[in-house]
Amino acid sequence: MSALLEVDDLHVYFDTDDGLVKAVDGVSFSVDRGEVLGIVGESGSGKSVSMLTVMGLTRSSNTQLSGAARFEDRDLIELKPDELRQVRGNDIAMIFQDPLSSLHPFYKVGWQLVEAIRAHQNVTKAAARERSVELLDMVGIPEPRRRVDAYPHEFSGGMRQRAMIAMALANEPKLLIADEPTTALDVTVQAQILELIARLQRELGMAVILITHDLGVVAEVTNNINVMYAGRIVESAPTDRIFAAPEHPYTWGLLRSIPSLDRPRDEELVPIPGRPPSLINRPTGCHFHPRCPYVRERHKQVDPRLDAVLDDADHKVACLLPSETRKRIWSELKAGKDPQEARAAVNLEEVEEVGR
Amino acid sequence: MSENLVEVRNLVKHFPITKGIIRQKQIAAVHAVDDISFDVIRGETLGIVGETGCGKSTTARLMLRLLEPTSGTITFDGRDISHLGRRDLKPLRSEMQMIFQDPYSSLNPRKTVGSIISEPYVIHGTNKSDKARKTEVQGLMERVGLNPEHFNRYPHEFSGGQRQRIGVARALALRPKLIIADEPVSALDVSIQAQILNLLRDLQRDFGITLVLIAHDLSVVRHMCDRVAVMYLGSIVELADSDALYRHPTHPYTGALLSAVPVPDPALAAARRRQVLGGDVPSPTNPPAACRFHPRCPKAQEVCSQIEPALEEKHAGDASACHFPLSEGEVLERIATAETAEARDAAQQSS
Repeated sequence: MSALLEVDDLHVYFDTDDGLVKAVDGVSFSVDRGEVLGIVGESGSGKSVSMLTVMGLTRSSNTQLSGAARFEDRDLIELKPDELRQVRGNDIAMIFQDPLSSLHPFYKVGWQLVEAIRAHQNVTKAAARERSVELLDMVGIPEPRRRVDAYPHEFSGGMRQRAMIAMALANEPKLLIADEPTTALDVTVQAQILELIARLQRELGMAVILITHDLGVVAEVTNNINVMYAGRIVESAPTDRIFAAPEHPYTWGLLRSIPSLDRPRDEELVPIPGRPPSLINRPTGCHFHPRCPYVRERHKQVDPRLDAVLDDADHKVACLLPSETRKRIWSELKAGKDPQEARAAVNLEEVEEVGR
Repeated sequence: MSENLVEVRNLVKHFPITKGIIRQKQIAAVHAVDDISFDVIRGETLGIVGETGCGKSTTARLMLRLLEPTSGTITFDGRDISHLGRRDLKPLRSEMQMIFQDPYSSLNPRKTVGSIISEPYVIHGTNKSDKARKTEVQGLMERVGLNPEHFNRYPHEFSGGQRQRIGVARALALRPKLIIADEPVSALDVSIQAQILNLLRDLQRDFGITLVLIAHDLSVVRHMCDRVAVMYLGSIVELADSDALYRHPTHPYTGALLSAVPVPDPALAAARRRQVLGGDVPSPTNPPAACRFHPRCPKAQEVCSQIEPALEEKHAGDASACHFPLSEGEVLERIATAETAEARDAAQQSS
């Protein structure tokens, strides 16, 4: 069976007054039916832009697009606006970070749901309304028959996000793209929403792409994870392996820089030095090199490819260090060493590198 | 000199809801903070956690007297400041400072970084000569990890993390006794958060500042704070030493908060029995009677809706306001760390 969504060498450049912003620069990945994929990255890593492009939402006169995004063997990048509209909200649905600004404040929630249903299905208003009540019930909104006539401002943040999910599910999409769905919510509500997405995904068998900056969120619900940095995927692996044996220095940095309930309280956090790069003048060579504690002279010139690691074809990393060396560095870091000590311990200066 | 820098007693802040245009009539009140008491010990870091609308930011603004309390007292450095006027407060303002959440809106875009950081000196009339002021400010910039040569740049030329450093330098300028940081890292990128947290921790140690950290992220609070107050709907439900709180929280709400923290480890996350709280936080206009948490509490019984539990010590270093505190076993179920996973296994084997 072929993949549900196959993104192949996607480039998204924006022409701005300041220069060409290379927001997404050669991203390839695929999502199978029923799979939950996590995309992790900071602001400006291209995680949202790549998904918006798949939905056809970045098209404009100053956008330069190349590559393909095949959804059930149709290339979404090439589709005409009319054809795209058939797919969007029907086969692929998207929910956003801020549920307040994604709902229209003037219209009742029920009305907005009816509109979403009738845009893709030939049903009567009454039937669509009945379906809206069902959907609100499915996403766990109490008293759905009464709530269907409420305005968005009468809902709490968590309920608005539930209503957004209900709208996204209105036409039983095969793929749900959730862009930071819980970032604006409190932890307890976040737990509710994540549980809801996981339950619906199981029940409806749809694929989900979960975009987030929080490694904790993806750890619990995803099958696979892509870590993005400066418009590229730098590490891609099944979820358990990203956490058990990460191989990219950026992933290490992310894992070590967040305080966790699981580590000694007085342990120092190890921040990633510097800040995310400008997407107009990106660093040469490996884009992460100015912030990488394991940088060597060659890394400043050679751009690494996303290659499979030693003995694991599903785990891909874009790093110039040899895989054995990376494994040794991670075991040093796990033992509580800081990056400088780890660098010394593996004798980085002596390591031979091949390929790119 | 007392051990406590700030003492808060029975503090209440109600915001009136009014009706009518000319003759405004109060019809209800938002119970933002409702009868809370706690101390801030000199040199410590106190964390205040809770969900949106629990009153944590109002508490901070009351402590700094940016708001006037409805009733109750706030004692700062041995002096009752609850109802002091503007003029009496001004000299005290140099001893208490605030770091804000949003490093974009909390810096004046028309002023240079240098003048933003020297503003406190101008207001309080210290460091009179321009030259002395500039040296002082550049020293501060260096201390918080900014390049002192950027003295004449504007805020928009800096990234979010650097702007937060400017905010920290400004708060530090007058060497205050108390700094209140309201969600100082939640607007920053993940890789930058650790930089700011480490900076705050270092400064707190070096200058012996008392820090009150307001946050919704429980792992951040655990990392930074000596003691933690957990707030729910305007009241403190648990007040404890960090170690005691995270090892054995006794209030079911704290248990639920900890249980909801996403764990960056798939194996541990799968092993825990997550307790998801149903429903939403009730309206603070009309909070539930007696224990405010009872409508959402998994352990609630009849008494919880009749008698308000007092904040009292449940075990060493941990006080909570609950009739039915969490047992050891219930804590293990809720929290996902390697330690609790081990303890769970041991308990299973022995039974």
